[in-house]
Amino acid sequence: MTTPEIDRTRLGALAEPASGDGRGDDVVFDVRDLSVSYSGNVALKDATLQVRENYVTAFIGPSGCGKSTFIRVFNRMNDLIDGARVEGTVLYHDRDLYGDGVDPVEVRRRIGMVFQKPNPFPKSIYDNIAFGPRVLGMKKGLDERVERALQSAALWDEVKDRLKENALGLSGGQQQRLCIARAIAVEPDVILMDEPASALDPISTSRIEDLIHDLKRSYTIVIVTHNMQQAARVADMTAFFSVEVRDDGGRHGVLVEYDRTTKIFTNPSDRRTEDYVTGRFG
Amino acid sequence: MATAGSADERYDITRRSSGLGRRRLTEQAFAALGVASAVVAVGILGLVLGTVLYKGFSQLSLSFFTKPRPLFGESGGIADALVGSALIVGMCMAMAIPFAVLVAVYMSEYAGPRFSRILRVVLDILNGVPAIVVGIFVFGLLVVGRGQSAIFGALSLAVLMLPMVARATQEVLEVIPRSLREASLALGVTRWRTTVSIVLPSAIGGILTGVVIAVARVAGETAPLLFTSSIAANQISGDVTNALPTLPVAIFAFSESPDPGEQAAGWAAALVLIGFVLVMNILAKVFAANRRKRLEGA
Repeated sequence: MTTPEIDRTRLGALAEPASGDGRGDDVVFDVRDLSVSYSGNVALKDATLQVRENYVTAFIGPSGCGKSTFIRVFNRMNDLIDGARVEGTVLYHDRDLYGDGVDPVEVRRRIGMVFQKPNPFPKSIYDNIAFGPRVLGMKKGLDERVERALQSAALWDEVKDRLKENALGLSGGQQQRLCIARAIAVEPDVILMDEPASALDPISTSRIEDLIHDLKRSYTIVIVTHNMQQAARVADMTAFFSVEVRDDGGRHGVLVEYDRTTKIFTNPSDRRTEDYVTGRFG
Repeated sequence: MATAGSADERYDITRRSSGLGRRRLTEQAFAALGVASAVVAVGILGLVLGTVLYKGFSQLSLSFFTKPRPLFGESGGIADALVGSALIVGMCMAMAIPFAVLVAVYMSEYAGPRFSRILRVVLDILNGVPAIVVGIFVFGLLVVGRGQSAIFGALSLAVLMLPMVARATQEVLEVIPRSLREASLALGVTRWRTTVSIVLPSAIGGILTGVVIAVARVAGETAPLLFTSSIAANQISGDVTNALPTLPVAIFAFSESPDPGEQAAGWAAALVLIGFVLVMNILAKVFAANRRKRLEGA
């Protein structure tokens, strides 16, 4: 794997930031020709895109299109799976994410993740948030840090009087916001969200979406979602993935189109994207 | 399914098809056999408990627990054996449990699926090695030339305990959801720290259940102790470098005695041992229930 300079000419239409408020000026992830396979089975093939700073970038597409596989490349979560192989270039602020001497533990400390199913630790609400900072040596002002994280995740008012209670007693939506607070508490640069609302009811989902709007001021967010409307509501940029069937009958995910969310949903360049966003397929 | 015949005939569910009587009879016979077997199984436990209770209970007194085994005829107890058993089982736990938990952690958190499977088979085989074989192994390796000692006794029990605790722990670790580990790892926490701070605390109830059942099992093991810690003075002693009297060996010795008083004491000692095992098993159930509550957050 090589470490080429970011070729800014390749950003093409995306070179101009879209928000006009200073967000999106810098590139956080520059991904080129990314392929991921599990024990020889290709899950995602030749994906190239750039994730911009303080943007919400949504990955959408049907099941099996490799979007979850892709998002797990960013925090090297695929390293934990036996037989997983990542090929191509993934630059994080111009540095090779898969280069020699890069410790995945250090990567994950900077690039947080929220999972599909809320997965709080079977500990108190307070300890759920405090665990990361404690382990990572951020012990100063721990109470304030916990409060700030819970406030950022719009959960503080609901739990401030029951911080010592087991987190598993919270509702599903509250648990997911707790998981977001837990990720925030270690001050990451990027937050990855792998279908964060797919296990939640509509009201909890809308609260998570509001939260994403607030968080993008401070964080770069990449979100995988099944729900097209959700992508349309929260994302600045949207990447549409699809499934490609090979001659040998195997199937793998491909990145079909990556553009501003408004463009993807109103005037996509690829027929497959259009079919998907208009509901003709998937 | 459309067959010939009128609707009356086709949908008449009160009519019995041929052979139904015989099929129902087989069904009932099978159920009866099952019930009978269950009754026998419960009956055997009842019989053992009842006999031990009947023969041993009258011997129980405070002095039975506080006095050592008498040298001649006079009234005595099993205090020496209780102290010896406690020391040996305690040492055995100290030797086996940390080792077993580490083996289990290695299997579920670090080893690949193939090596983990091999280790599982190895532990299952070790678990199947008869206690007397373990006893003669430790005897041949350590006792010959050095003499018996409680440490060797504890070591032979630890060999029996290791696979039990390791397998129980590994099975508990395996059901701790992967998502919990990922949650911790995704924060930039190392694998060992995730294991120590998240995985093991979530599994503690299940591990304790396994430990308690293993303790109950080895506390009653006699064969390895006959080789390693059976030639002991009938006195309360804490000197673990020498052989110490133990409860199972005492039961064996009491029951071999020609003295009816000692035989009765043997039954009483057996009652104490069985009582201990029962308490441990109830404790295991409590731990297991506790663990379920923790993980489900009730």
